[in-house]
Amino acid sequence: MHHLGNFSLMAILVIAAYAVIASLLGVKRGSVKLTKSGERALLACTALSTTACFSLVWLLMKSDFRFEYVASYSNRELPFFYKLASLWAGNDGSLLFWSWLMLLFSGIAVVTNRNKNRELMPYVVATLGAAALFFTYLNYFVTNPFGQLGIITAAGTESWAPVDGRGLNPLLQHPIMAIHPPILYIGYVGFIVPFAFCIAALASGRLGSEWIAATRRWTLVAWFFLGTGIILGGRWAYVELGWGGYWAWDPVENAAFLPWLTGTAYLHSVIIQQRKGMLKIWNVVLVAATYLLCVFGTFLTRSGIVSSVHAFAESDFAQIFLVFIVSATVLCTGLILYRLPQLKSENELDSMVSRESGFLYNNLLFLVAAFAVLWGTMYPVLSEALQGEKAMVGPAWFNKVNVPIFLGLLALTGIGPLLAWRKSSFESLRRNFTWPLVLSLATAAVLFAFGMRHGYALITFALSMLVTVTIVQEFHKGALTRKAHKGTSYGAALVDLTLVNTQRYGGYIVHFGIVLIFIGVAGMAFDSDVKADVSPGESVHVSGYDVKLLGMKNGETPNYEWLSSELEVSKNGKVVGVYEPQKHLYKASQQPTSEVRRHATWVEDVYLVFGSTTAENKATIQVFVKPLVRWVWIGGIVMFLGTVVTLVPDRRELKLVQRSKAEAQQRLATKGKEKYEVA
Amino acid sequence: MHTKKLKFIVGTIVILGAVLALAITGMEESKAYYQTVPELKAMGVKAEGRRIRVAGDVVVGSIERHEEGVVTFVIDYEGESLPVRYVGRGPVPDTLVDRAQAVAEGTLEADGTFEATLVQAKCASKYEAAYEEGKIVTE
Repeated sequence: MHHLGNFSLMAILVIAAYAVIASLLGVKRGSVKLTKSGERALLACTALSTTACFSLVWLLMKSDFRFEYVASYSNRELPFFYKLASLWAGNDGSLLFWSWLMLLFSGIAVVTNRNKNRELMPYVVATLGAAALFFTYLNYFVTNPFGQLGIITAAGTESWAPVDGRGLNPLLQHPIMAIHPPILYIGYVGFIVPFAFCIAALASGRLGSEWIAATRRWTLVAWFFLGTGIILGGRWAYVELGWGGYWAWDPVENAAFLPWLTGTAYLHSVIIQQRKGMLKIWNVVLVAATYLLCVFGTFLTRSGIVSSVHAFAESDFAQIFLVFIVSATVLCTGLILYRLPQLKSENELDSMVSRESGFLYNNLLFLVAAFAVLWGTMYPVLSEALQGEKAMVGPAWFNKVNVPIFLGLLALTGIGPLLAWRKSSFESLRRNFTWPLVLSLATAAVLFAFGMRHGYALITFALSMLVTVTIVQEFHKGALTRKAHKGTSYGAALVDLTLVNTQRYGGYIVHFGIVLIFIGVAGMAFDSDVKADVSPGESVHVSGYDVKLLGMKNGETPNYEWLSSELEVSKNGKVVGVYEPQKHLYKASQQPTSEVRRHATWVEDVYLVFGSTTAENKATIQVFVKPLVRWVWIGGIVMFLGTVVTLVPDRRELKLVQRSKAEAQQRLATKGKEKYEVA
Repeated sequence: MHTKKLKFIVGTIVILGAVLALAITGMEESKAYYQTVPELKAMGVKAEGRRIRVAGDVVVGSIERHEEGVVTFVIDYEGESLPVRYVGRGPVPDTLVDRAQAVAEGTLEADGTFEATLVQAKCASKYEAAYEEGKIVTE
């Protein structure tokens, strides 16, 4: 089976190279036959990559421990689902999986666009092919997952297989963790399609709405998966790692957050290009930066260049990766400079108090946040290069810099949609902002009166109210107008309104999800915890809760041994539940893990960790009380729903598609002769 | 037209300046230096009061758990060892086991113990030891 895998990888190297050459040559010679052949070659790569990935899955399923990868990340007793998850548990396998996703997306992009965007396609295929070439080179030569174990004997090297594998890292044996990497990868990899179209637009000089229309869904979907992957990662850290938090500004978390920030900036600035023909260069830069940050994130995770809790083992491909990132950056910069004269804005900023300037500040803040996160993440490398002393900055630094930036963004989320395009009159400002402002100040005043003194938390809750009121106001006003106009019921008008402009109203729903996440995060300001050694019958007290140790138990399963403490949680003297946080010792890897238990409510979570047993047979337990944390997850779900709404095609989008088609036809007509066929 | 652009630029500068100020003051507060065990020992008195990150392998059998979640262990880096006393709020990570690669963040005390408020650890691969002894190779 490993021969099939290796053969497939080798074949991709040849065929992807052909796809790049055929596409570029096809453009140069004006040969449709060649460019079509390039497209088919890329589709063949998709099939081959599927075969390679399948080969490794096969070896994992068969527990063939002659292979180092299988022996390192799987074991016989591992449940079926986690054997599959072993595919992305290690560096070599996950990079193969990454390549497969990339080629799968490339294939889908080719099939769905080849009849629509003929002039862009050769460049799209060339870009996708070049990326496939690079990643497959890594898969075959540098991180080949089909390497076999051998043992040195007097007679030379002999093939050798351990009796059982080392097993999947127990921390990864969790349903969320099993799906978190693929979801995050879909996000990372998905940005390659917008990037390829962006490169194609630059290379072909077709910088209108065509490439933007072709990539709107890809961008949204990739952005959505990236965001979901980040939230799931946080959720996993929270329920599995046992330190009571979900975000630590760890380099790998930051690596995923960076392209999310620039991607979010793009989703906003592209609206201005659609509406006003402004920011064309900026959008190109953002798409390119987002993809490059995705690749950079992958590099950061795997190269061990910045130490991180999640980093895979240090691997030697750092240089190859850097070569790829640098050459892609040079290519992008070159193309942008070359097309600069054509990227000129059709309009200029009219007023400081306008929707446009709201979007500009939104972009500015996203970029400043991205830069700050990048700086902090790379600080160990930067400080060593600049000052000769390797230093790092911790979560405290990231919070200090980012909290004000994100509060600024939250404020813009409320203000932006109420500003008019071009220029907002004082009258419209007064009309739109009266209620949001009054209610938001009232919120702050009430919270203050009830004794809340945490500045950032007060600002967050006040701004959350501001944004919520503006969103409700927008839906309400729209629905009233529509109801009067069409004579339908209020409910029907709301639904109708959303469907007519899914981009806008879906966006509002996403914004509301963001508000909920902010509220959940602000809850952190009121976290409390206690750590103690207790004997059975004793209790600890924290934030109005009593946690009593009833007893301890132990046992084992085929996969691990366990030790548990039975804890009775009561609030104000009333028992609210009995929980059994555990300690597992995984047999294959001899690694212990904490199994956290939570008493979760809408208001707060009581988070129970069983640390260990002491010599006097006491249990070391830690109890965290975490207010509002559930709203982070609810916010994630609301964002999910909002994104789904934005993906529903609406009338405006159909118009944009028509316009790009018209543009394409106009171009062909002015060209005189038809070089390409339009199906 | 120009005044509008100017206003936007001024706004931008104000935002960038504020963020930069936060970044610099924050740097003073939370910066920690990476130091190897030998480097740390060579620093002596200079190391006092400085936030430091130090890495090493956990010495077999050195992990001891005390009252109130305090954990002590010894890390070794290229033959030099350093006693670490973990006094942080959270529990030590489960990955802190014999031979694990550990990173401790904290300060060096006068008695030569490293008092850590944060410990991260990564398990060493079972095969790594065998690789080092040259028993197992990959083809």
